[in-house]
Parts: sequence; structure tokens; C-alpha cells
Amino acid sequence: MTPADFSQLSTEEQAARRKDVRVLILTGLGLNCEAETDAAFRLCGARTEQVHLLDLLDGKQNVRLADFSVLAFIGGFAFGDHLGAGSVFANKIRFRLYDQLIEFIEGGGLALGICNGFQTMTRLGLLPGFDGDYRTPQATLAPNDRLGYRDAWIELGFDADSPCLWTRGLERMPLPTRHGEGKFMTADDEVMQRLIANRQIAARYIDADGQPTQDWPQNPNGSPHAIAGVCDPTGRLFGLMPHPDAYLYAFHHPHWMRRDDAAQQPMEGEGLRIFQNGVDAAAMR
Amino acid sequence: MITRLEIATKPDHPDARGEALARRMRSFLSLNPASIRSADVYHIDARLDEGEAERILRELTDPVLQHGSLTRLDHGPFDVAVRVGYKPGVTDPVGKSARVAVEDTLGRSLEADATVFTSTLFLIEGLDRTEAERAARELIGNPVIQTLSIKTRDEFLGAPPDMTVPRVQDHGVPAVKRIDLSGSDEELLRISRDGLLALTLEEMQAIRDHFLGAAEHAGRRELGLDGRPTDVELECLAQTWSEHCKHKIFNASIAYHDEHGSVQHVASLFKDYIKKATHEVDAAVTASEGNSWLVSVFHDNAGVVTFDDDDHLVYKVETHNSPSALDPYGGAITGIVGVNRDPFGTGRGADLIANVWGYCFASPFFARELPEGLLHPRRIRDGVHQGVIDGGNQSGVPYGRGFEVFDHRFVGKPLVFCGTVGALPVSIPGPEGKPMPGEEKAAHPGDLIVMTGGRIGADGIHGATFSSAALDESAPVQAVQIGDPITQKRMFDFLLEARELGLYRSITDNGAGGLSSSVGEMAESSNGAILDLAKAPLKYAGLAPWEILVSEAQERMTLAVPPQHAEALLELAARREVEATVVGTFQGDGVFHVTHGDETVAYIPMEFLHGGDPDLDLTARWSAPSFVEPAEGTDDDALGDTLLAMLSRLNLCSGEVKARHYDHEVKALSMVKPFVGVQSDVPAEATVSLLRHPADLSAEGAWRGFVLSEGIQPFYSDIDTHAMAVAVVDEALRKQLCAGARPDRIAMLDNFCWPDPVQSEGTPDGEYKLAQLVRACRGLFEATTAYGTPLISGKDSMKNDSTKGGVKISVPPTLLVSAIGQIDDARRAVTLDPKSPGDVVLLIGETRDETGGSEYLRYLGERDGVEHALGEPGPYVGNKVPRLDPGTAHQLYGAVAGLFADGLVRSAATPARGGLGMALARCALAGRLGLDLDLPASATGGLSPDTMLFSESCGRFVLTCAPDQVDTITERLSGFACHRIGTVDSEPRLAVAFDGRRTIELTLEALERAFKQTLEAV
Repeated sequence: MTPADFSQLSTEEQAARRKDVRVLILTGLGLNCEAETDAAFRLCGARTEQVHLLDLLDGKQNVRLADFSVLAFIGGFAFGDHLGAGSVFANKIRFRLYDQLIEFIEGGGLALGICNGFQTMTRLGLLPGFDGDYRTPQATLAPNDRLGYRDAWIELGFDADSPCLWTRGLERMPLPTRHGEGKFMTADDEVMQRLIANRQIAARYIDADGQPTQDWPQNPNGSPHAIAGVCDPTGRLFGLMPHPDAYLYAFHHPHWMRRDDAAQQPMEGEGLRIFQNGVDAAAMR
Repeated sequence: MITRLEIATKPDHPDARGEALARRMRSFLSLNPASIRSADVYHIDARLDEGEAERILRELTDPVLQHGSLTRLDHGPFDVAVRVGYKPGVTDPVGKSARVAVEDTLGRSLEADATVFTSTLFLIEGLDRTEAERAARELIGNPVIQTLSIKTRDEFLGAPPDMTVPRVQDHGVPAVKRIDLSGSDEELLRISRDGLLALTLEEMQAIRDHFLGAAEHAGRRELGLDGRPTDVELECLAQTWSEHCKHKIFNASIAYHDEHGSVQHVASLFKDYIKKATHEVDAAVTASEGNSWLVSVFHDNAGVVTFDDDDHLVYKVETHNSPSALDPYGGAITGIVGVNRDPFGTGRGADLIANVWGYCFASPFFARELPEGLLHPRRIRDGVHQGVIDGGNQSGVPYGRGFEVFDHRFVGKPLVFCGTVGALPVSIPGPEGKPMPGEEKAAHPGDLIVMTGGRIGADGIHGATFSSAALDESAPVQAVQIGDPITQKRMFDFLLEARELGLYRSITDNGAGGLSSSVGEMAESSNGAILDLAKAPLKYAGLAPWEILVSEAQERMTLAVPPQHAEALLELAARREVEATVVGTFQGDGVFHVTHGDETVAYIPMEFLHGGDPDLDLTARWSAPSFVEPAEGTDDDALGDTLLAMLSRLNLCSGEVKARHYDHEVKALSMVKPFVGVQSDVPAEATVSLLRHPADLSAEGAWRGFVLSEGIQPFYSDIDTHAMAVAVVDEALRKQLCAGARPDRIAMLDNFCWPDPVQSEGTPDGEYKLAQLVRACRGLFEATTAYGTPLISGKDSMKNDSTKGGVKISVPPTLLVSAIGQIDDARRAVTLDPKSPGDVVLLIGETRDETGGSEYLRYLGERDGVEHALGEPGPYVGNKVPRLDPGTAHQLYGAVAGLFADGLVRSAATPARGGLGMALARCALAGRLGLDLDLPASATGGLSPDTMLFSESCGRFVLTCAPDQVDTITERLSGFACHRIGTVDSEPRLAVAFDGRRTIELTLEALERAFKQTLEAV
């Protein structure tokens, strides 16, 4: 089903299809954005389930990736970012869950990685995922040029021509960044050129004029080509450093109170649109 | 077998960590290294098979960014190598995570005592050995917890890599000692002093008498004990009776001599002022509303008040001063993860929602001679911030408030306040399967004692008794713990699941005093416990039983688990890879009985443990001090420059650079963030957050929020602590109102940080300091009862003195009041930034000639080059401290709160430190709008312009409103001081006139530069 077809459906039918979308939110081991990620997917009409990674690994709790259509790698500090953000967590998956994960992806599953989740997906090799190879790490998220974790809002610009399902129809969006390791580096320039050619750089840090920027603080980490988020060539897997899960309500934006009519405005925040895209893409399958 | 791995950033990539260190060396130490590269070194002490080391190296190395070696990497050019690692027994969280990665990579478990030790190698080009030694000592490592190895290039490359590891040596378990207390009083005191017990002579005598009397007790004899306490018993009593745990000074009987020579008796500061204030407020509310909104106050680990149908609001603020003085990073991270355990250990466990932090430091630019043994304030500041940043961020708890106060008297001991807000479900499944009120907790006889989380080590031994003493050269290295937020987060995740399954009946944290305190306190409800120390999991062998009992090793909670749930609880813990161990049983026999295996090592009646300490009788003597007043103020034509100079002062300038490193948005509940305004660069008067995500955004009550603010004014204490206490309550309350909080749901916490107020040889002015404490409590009572803001929790830290280097430096008496309020609809919250041109600016409340203790007088003192000794207040203190009658103010506040409730206010600010001038500058900056102001004679009441601008009179607000609302507001405030002082416009400047005479005109650009430049690069 295409987005056009989906939009033709009645509201009830859309809601019913969204309700069939099961989202698995991986938790535990130092991750911490489960509540807001859960709220985000629920607000978009999907069914969510929070599962501790260790329960998924031991296989005894009757949770199988294949039963879900969306997998969320949430933000947090898995293992305290020790040994590099996301790496100990990714290591667990690599050695104990990889086959199930690949099966999930090859079966058409969607995945979203936010911040620590993006780091994990990259560390696993799910991104950039050239040629269906989701096992070979070809990029990493290095320490910010200005060392250290920082929490501040930036502006994202989206590539309209990216295959990314999660950013469909989006142009720009303010979101907070909250990380210490967000500089997207590739193994070599060839990887970078392929990412660019494939339009896999779905989200970039932009300046006031809407142009991709290398300037701090608009680009908080010095990421080359202002890379903030990357998808795989199918567009189903998407990871980004900024936090759409922190802009669920209009009142998350730092300046909502400067509107006199704040209490009368739509209550949904812009960040939800990313989740809605993912849920709807899954609902169309 | 030891395997050594070295991993570094590839040479063609920048090494951010090395570069950051080089920058800090330049700005901090004026050393100029040409370059610094770094590497992580792992020593894996475990049996590895052929090829396993290579596999581990491959997995731990990021193939894109890093390269690694099992021998040595080629580090290119460097002159000196500095390696920093941990001392034996110090928590190494990275090593712990590395062990997990190693096991996952190998697909097998390592042997039980296998350990991964981490260290960091810095390869420095362009420094000689002496310079590197200085950098290592003053910047890179802290000898209290770390080992430093400094080698020249030749030395480094000329020897094979160092393969030793900091494993704790096992010398066997020391035997339990019997302590003979039959000697002289001097002997008793010596035992207390040498053992770091911090017990007084009267307390030692009470212990001696108890055990002598108990010698013939049948139970005791049968267990092989006699009339001498064991070292376990003595340590256990020292912890339980410590000032830190027992609040002896707040419970002492005090004879207060006022300045006229009359004597008033205070039976207990805690009961007569703190508890009584809360009781009076509660009684009044209950009388008028029909029920109380206080759920649990004073007796649990945190205060609890009602919030909505689903959750109660929980709040606690703690201090971690002494450990932060010794090891700023470790002390502070332990402070924040430690206070997290308080709400978590309240009722049957609250979810953590938000943190707060606040620090009192000496200036990071401190240039006087530093007494021997003290760390430079800049180093303390950097370490404390980084500790709380890591602790909060890694725990996934956002911060809601943060502040810094600077005074040179904090050079001896910094004050490190950390607090946590929690959400306690109104109803939680009980162990019998039925829901029970969340705040109810009680260990029953027969319930198992379960310790969960981290293991016990020698770290943190004597923390409670140590913090109850002044900081001198004998401070023990064991007193410093390093918190490990990830271990704690994993424990909390497990416990939240256990909570929802109703698997335990009571929970408390292991903080000060360790198991001794947690089990000892929980055993009060069952009336007894038997605890086997040999069952407690240890980090390493060789701990004496008393050490196991009193260790303050972090990340541990103690549970009371009904036997029928023990299996389920332990199974869940195993599935979550969190340690949980049954270490004993709660009993009803009235005894705290501790064994080590089969041997009884302590047998103390509960009654004596908790009630055997002798009462303290103290004397307080007040006389009002008198200080020099400044010779002259500021001429009108210098007023603009003075305002800029004030904005640049440490106590008023922007702290945003550090604050942005703290997460304030995780959990996605924050609605008014710590920094607000058009550029989000001005601190909010108060922050507003939701407690949970609304299930339905349109539902009634979906946007109910809580409001955080605080007041702290240690400078006023130099003149009168009574006025100080009233002022801090007033400040915290006004900030609440400025955000739109309901005035009838504001609760407060009190944190006293005092210099030792007990008269002694070392504290000849103890009686005066105690009088200051009495007066502060009176002020606190007066203000909180007048405002109807109950105190729901508090803490005191009473020995904030340093004698290091032979110089006694005491902190100014400091009271932090932290307020937590409620707002029915957070979408109606108000911030301090003026919203649109044309709006009218109102000044509400009276400004008086009250510059005593103000930032302005300190500015004048520095301007005039007034000298003052280290440890003395100044340079100028003045005498006219801000005073307020809270009863009168309360009437005004009721009217002001009504304006917010009716949506008449568009922005609101609280003049406090820095006075009206500072408030106006912050407003203009926050809105990035102009303010065109003219203060009429009716507003200034004859005050000189500088006094008008910088007096710190309490009870005032600066509001803006739409022009058509001015009359309504003025009318509603008739009878109170309410002055129209100007308008908001779009000229980017702050213009202030006095009675028509324009005196100040400053561009927003100039204001911003002044506000931000001071701490931008520090």
C-alpha cells in the first residue's frame, strides 16, 4: 500500500491498521528513554511492548522479534557508554541475537534508533547497511569535537529525496540533542560518498537559513556533512542523534510559553511526526 | 594470568580526550603541551585460552575509529607518558562493563574472581617530566583514589609494559576484637579518636555502662560475649549514634542566651521548630480543607505529599560535602546516585523523576595562598560538576534545578547539595496480593533480609562518622566512594519490577552507616533482626566483620522479603543479572543480633541501639555583630557600568556552560526548562514538569505539574541567621508564585550546612554559632508557618570546617530551602521573559535600604580593594540585612497568586540576589526585548539609585502584563505597594530612569556579554 492509498482509508480503518502495528521497545542495562518512546508510539496509534534485552536474549519469555513490525533502539547510557557508546550493548546482540535480528530486517521489519540507539545500530552494522549487509560496521559515532555531553535544541533539515520512511514529508524540525558521542564518521571516504549518493543522510543539522552547517552549536558535534541521522538503503532502518522522543507535546519546545494562546494550541509536538511515519509505514504493509 | 590490551584513536583521527586535556592544561596550569594523545589500557586478570585475547581485542576496538594492540601501539612522538589507574579496591565501573563485553565475546563466563582493571595512558609532547608530574598531580589524577605513573619516553619504551594490577591483597579475615572500656576517661576518648568513631565521652561512658550491665545477661553469655563490646558493636553504635544519622545537635537541649542576658530553653530544635512548623501548617490545612495533603513527613527517607489520584510527590535533598572535598568527582557522583536511593527507598519505592543540584564553592579564580592539603576550588568545581553530570545523565534522571554560590569560605569544604524528586504510586501491590498504600512499609518478624545491588568493599567505611568531624589530615581514604550509576540503574529497574509484583514488604537504602543503619532502622518495625555478615557478597576477601557491617559501598538497597516471595525475588534478580542475597531474618525479640557464620559478633538490644545515646545539653549565646559600612556607593553616572560589573560577578553571572552538560529533558516531562527565554540562556525562576506522561492529552488533570525552586543566602548569616532563614523561604516561595504554582500546595525541604556549633577548644565561638542555628530555626518556623508551606524533609550537616594546613576555615552558616509546588495546568505556567512590546512593567512590594549581606556590598568592597582575611566574611558585609514580616507578605502573596490564577500575568521575576537591577537585566535578556523604565519617587521612597537597584529587600516581584490589564491588577493589589515602572518595547536596550532622569542605558548585547563572559571558558 502506498501512502496515497493509506490516506484514502477511513479514519477508523487507519486507526485499526495502526493498532495492529506492534512495537518492541528494548530496555534495560542502562537505557532510559523507555517511557517517552512508549508514549510516542502509543500516541501514534501503535501497540507497544517494553522488553528487557536479557529476556529477549534468554529466549525463555516467549518474546520473538519476528512477532513485531517495529523495533525501537531507545536512548540512554547502556553500560554507561563505557568502551564507546552503544558498544557493550551491541556486543550482546551481535553474539546472542544477530540471526534473529537479521531475519527481522529481511522480513521487512522497521527499526528506529535514537541517540544511544543510533550508536548501537551503527556499531552493529545495521547502518549504513549497504547491499543488504547488516553485519559489517562501516561507520561510528565518535566523541563530539567539543568534548562532552550537552543538552540543547538544534534544528534538523530532512532530505526530501531520501528513501527514509521515517522522515517522509518532513522538511525541518527543532529537536534537542543530548549526547557526547555524535560525530558520524565513516571507515573511509568511499562509504561517505555512497551514503551521499544513496541519499541515506536523511537528517542534517541546519542553520537559521536552512542550510546544512558545520558550525557549533547548530551542529553540536562536528559531524561531517552535518549528518544527524542516517537510514539504510531500504529506508526502513533509521537512526538519529537528536531526540524526537523529547518533543511529543507542543509544551516540550523551549519557547511554547511565548505564545499567548499556548493552552489553546494543538497539543502534539513535532517530534511525533517521525514516529507517525514509522507506524504508518508499518501499517501499510 | 594477566592480558594487557591497549586501545587508542587511530593516528589520523583527532583525539578529543587528549586535546581536551591539553586545553585544560593551558588554561588551568599555564602549561603548554604541543600535543597529547591518549589510550585506554585494560589488564584482564583471567584465564584465557589460545586466541581469546585476540578476539577480545578485536571486539573492544572500534574498527572505524580505533586501533589496538596486545603489546604496545606506536604512539608517535611524545616526551612523557602518564598513566592513571585506580588504587586497589576503588570502584572501576568501566572495568565492570569491560568484563561483560569480554564474557559476551567469548560466549562463556570468566572465573568468579576474574577482574578487568582499566587505566588511561596520556602521551604528552612538549612537557618535561617535572611539568608532567605537576599536571598529573593537579589535573589528571587524584592520589586519594588513583595511582599515577610518570615516565619519560626513554623510561617508558625502555621497559616492558607494566603488568601489575591493583588487586586487593587478601590477608585473611581479621578476628573480632573485644574492646576494654574499663580505663580512664582519657582512654575512652583515645579509643573513640583512634577508631574514627566520633563518639563523645558521655557516649563512650553510656556504652561502657551498658555493656558492663549486660555482662551477666544470659543471652549474651550463652553467645560467648562478655562485658566488653566487640569492635562490631562499638562500630555499629558509632554509626547509629553519629551526628550524621542521629542529628544530635538538632535534638539537643539548648539554653539560648539572648543579647539582653535572658535565657530561653529549647528542648529540641527539630521538635520545637521544624516538626512543629509542619504540624501547625498541617493542622490549619486539615481544619479548613477537611483533610491533610501530607502523606509521610520526617520519618521515611524522603518527604511525601499528595499530587493526583495515581501518584504522590516525593522529594529529598542531601549534602555530600566532606567526600567532595577529598575527591570531588567521586564524592559528588556518590552524592547524586546516593540521593536517588532516598526516594527509591521511600514507602515501597518511588520512581525517580528529576534531580536538583546546587554547590557552594570558592572562586574558580581563587588566587590566594591555598592552605596545604586543600584542592584548588576550580578543580573541586570541575570534579563536582562532572560527577553529578555523569551520575544524573547515566541514571536517566533529568535535572530540574541547579545553582552555584561562591564565597572564599567554601575553600575549606565545598557544599554539594543533591536532591531527587520521585513519584510514589498511591497504591502498590502488597505482598499478600492486595493493593496497599504506596507509603506503607514495615518489616515483619520472619521476613528475610535481602541485600541487593552492588557488593561490599572497604570503600566508604566511616563515611557517617567522618562527615561528623572536621576535615583534617587524618581523613581516611576509605571514606571516599565512587558511585556507579549503571549498576544502580540496573538494580532500580529490577526493583521496579519486583515492586509491581509485590515481592517485598519494606525497602530502604544503604547509605551512611551501611547495613548497620539500613537493617538497624528497618528492624525497628519488627523489633529485632539477625544478620549474618558471612553471607554478604564482598568485592574481595579479607574484610573484618565490622567493616562489612558499616561499609558504605554504594548501589545497595535492603529489602524485607516475606519468605514465600524469596524464590521469586531471587529468580527475577538472576534474570536481570543483578545481585540479591538473603543475609538474615527480621525478628521480634528486641535484639539486633549480628553473626559472622556461627560466631555472634554483636548482640545489642534495639532499645539501647536507638535510644541509649545520652542527651546533649548545649549553650547558645547571641550577640548581634557589627560590620563596617562602605564609605561610598556608586555615582549615578557610573550606575550602568556597575550594573554590568554586577552581572559579571560569579554569584550573578550565567552558569549555562556547565549546566548544559546535564540532561534536563530525558523522560520528556519538562515543560519549563532550567534555561528559558528567546535564546534559552537565562535561568528560569522555577522549573515546571509533569510527573507522568498523560494517557489522554485532553483529559482533566492531564497537564498537572510540579514546580521546583529554592532559596539560599549564606551571606545574610553573617549579620543575622534569623533574617537569612526568612529570606530563603521567601525567595523560594516567590519563585514558585512567579511560575504560577498554587500557593496552597507548596512544600519545603530544609538543608542546614553549619560550621561546628559545639563550644570546644577548637571551636571557641561554638556558642555563637549555635545561637545562629537557633535563630535560623526560629526564622524558618516563622516564615513557613506564616506562608503555610510545610517542611516535609530535611537534613543537617554540622561540621563544615577545615583545619587543613593549620588554617581553620568555616563555611558561613548556610540554609538551603528547596520548594516543590504544584500547578493544576502546566500549560498556564509563566516565565520571566517579557513577551511582547507594549506590555507594562510593574514592581510589586517595597524596596528598603537593605544592602546588608548583598552582592552589591561585596562588589563595593572589591572595587575599593578592602582587605579581609581568609575565612572572614567580607570584603564588605554591612548591617542592614533584608528583613521581612512574613505575615504581612503572605497577604500580598495571596493577592499576587490570584493574578496568576486568572491569567493576568505575562511574565514574572523575583528580585533577590543582585536586587532589582539584576532582575530587570535578566528579564530584558530573556525576552530579548527592550525595557524602558522610570522609577517614580513613590517606588524609590527616597532611596539613592544604587540602593534602589541593588538592595536585596525580600517580598518583591517584577511583573509584566498587557496594557489593558494594568488597572485590574492595580485595583486587586490596592493596599500593597504596586508601581507601574515602565514598558516593554522593541529597542534592544535596558533603559532606567529615576523620577524622570535617565541614568542607565545598556544594550542587550552589552548585558549579554557581561552576563556570559565570566564563566564561559572555565
